Amino acid sequence: MTRSINRRDFIKFVGAGAAATLAGCATEPGAPSGQAGRVVVIGGGFGGATAAKYIRMWSGGAIPVVLIEREQKFVSCPLSNLVLAGSRSIEQNTVGYEKLRSHGVTVLHGEVAAVDPQKQIVRFKEQYADLPYDRLVIAPGIDFMYEELPGLNNADAQKQVLHAWKAGEQTVALRKQLEAMPDGGVFVFSFPKMPYRCPPGPYERVCQVADYFKRAKPRSKVLVLDANPDIVSKKGLFLAAWNDLYKGIIEYRPNQEAKDVDVRGMTVKTEFDSFKGNVLNVVPPQKAGAIAAAAGVVTANNRWCEVNWLTMESVKVPKIHVIGDATQSAPLMPKSGTMANQHAKIAASAIVAMMTGTPVNQTPVINNTCYSYTSATEAMHVTSIHAWDPAQKTLVTVKGSGGVSPARSTLEKQFADGWAINIWSDSLG
Amino acid sequence: MIRNAFFVAALAALPAIAAAQGGNPTLGRDLAAGCTHCHGTNGVSAGVTESLAGRPQGQIVSTLKHFREGTKPATIMHQISKGYTDEQIAAIAAFFAAQPPAGK
Repeated sequence: MTRSINRRDFIKFVGAGAAATLAGCATEPGAPSGQAGRVVVIGGGFGGATAAKYIRMWSGGAIPVVLIEREQKFVSCPLSNLVLAGSRSIEQNTVGYEKLRSHGVTVLHGEVAAVDPQKQIVRFKEQYADLPYDRLVIAPGIDFMYEELPGLNNADAQKQVLHAWKAGEQTVALRKQLEAMPDGGVFVFSFPKMPYRCPPGPYERVCQVADYFKRAKPRSKVLVLDANPDIVSKKGLFLAAWNDLYKGIIEYRPNQEAKDVDVRGMTVKTEFDSFKGNVLNVVPPQKAGAIAAAAGVVTANNRWCEVNWLTMESVKVPKIHVIGDATQSAPLMPKSGTMANQHAKIAASAIVAMMTGTPVNQTPVINNTCYSYTSATEAMHVTSIHAWDPAQKTLVTVKGSGGVSPARSTLEKQFADGWAINIWSDSLG
Repeated sequence: MIRNAFFVAALAALPAIAAAQGGNPTLGRDLAAGCTHCHGTNGVSAGVTESLAGRPQGQIVSTLKHFREGTKPATIMHQISKGYTDEQIAAIAAFFAAQPPAGK
């Protein structure tokens, strides 16, 4: 029987060619001789998972990739507000790492203690031996700056007043607090000044909790303490939803930055006021996940990581690429799951090019698509397109492109569901 | 046989891809990866949105241009398509056209 050349063989052939090229580059300092070189990715969220998958895919399997992730499964922050409303389960927003393994990614569930950028080694807290890398991708997401809220700056307090801004246990626990709240109660929701993870997310959460109250606890209130001077994303659309769907349930207070939390007294304190509630939900200010600082790549305000947007490589530490929410954002670029997925592809393309000795793409264009669910049945979007500008040496939004929905709709709810299914699959599938 | 036919078609599309990319071999692939958080990896949708893999290049180009000009109704694609030049659209379309369609 004669076998025709199929696609898989074609990729294998290209893969073999890439491996030969890599062997030729093995004199590069730090690269183990005679091998393709290894990429280590820290963090298995939208950014890290996508980077791992796409480096495997775009190198034709020639570059070994190790992904390190603390959690056994990925839980999506997008759509987690629907879990608070009771219209989705956390399981529906959960994806395993099995399919990433089928791309040849080695997934290690462990926690990184340190990075040595000189020796190019990742050190684990326990369980695994030191892991050398040729290129490192750090996708650590965010950590919370609890030091800004003294009353919340201890583990016990943080178990009672939740952020639920990293989806998972906290999401489920906040849902339980809402379920246990008596009808007529007040849900106090405080969130920080920009920049924070997911600009429209807080306003979507307001909709979703109001949706639950409207159905189950109609005498209850959502008191919104926004640290920003105004609604920062999709303002007209959110105001319309609040007025049309949740009139009388939502009270919105701008310029109310939380300064402290009295956990026993169930009170959020701002500069001049105190707000008591039956359930408090406080999202603290944020910074790049701690491992970024440990690796020495935090360069902006002690919070975020500046990168070269052509490669996502740190401006400070060579061979370390930073992607996702941890980056010092390019102009008008949100911290979102979509952006993390897109950063990962810039990084993957550049890393494969650099490790195979081919030119790095000098004209990247990426885009952001964020849907917000205003109820269980309607959604709306914001989108923006970001292209490399050689003069400004950063990604800038393309003039005349992007925008928001004219109105929330049931059709866009279907597309929002489609976005979720596809980005989970594109990142982890 | 089907695979074989696909392979020949893919090879035939290669010069078109190269021409659309202005000498950057990964341009179409990288630009197209900007679409896949909604349209699926390599244009094979995981659900709801349309798959783009294996669609004729000309059809993808003309659809995107209609979105851009506002002559085809859209919820979001009229806003996204305005972010890309003719050359970029051609490169994206060439990449998706060369991908094996869903289920293949």
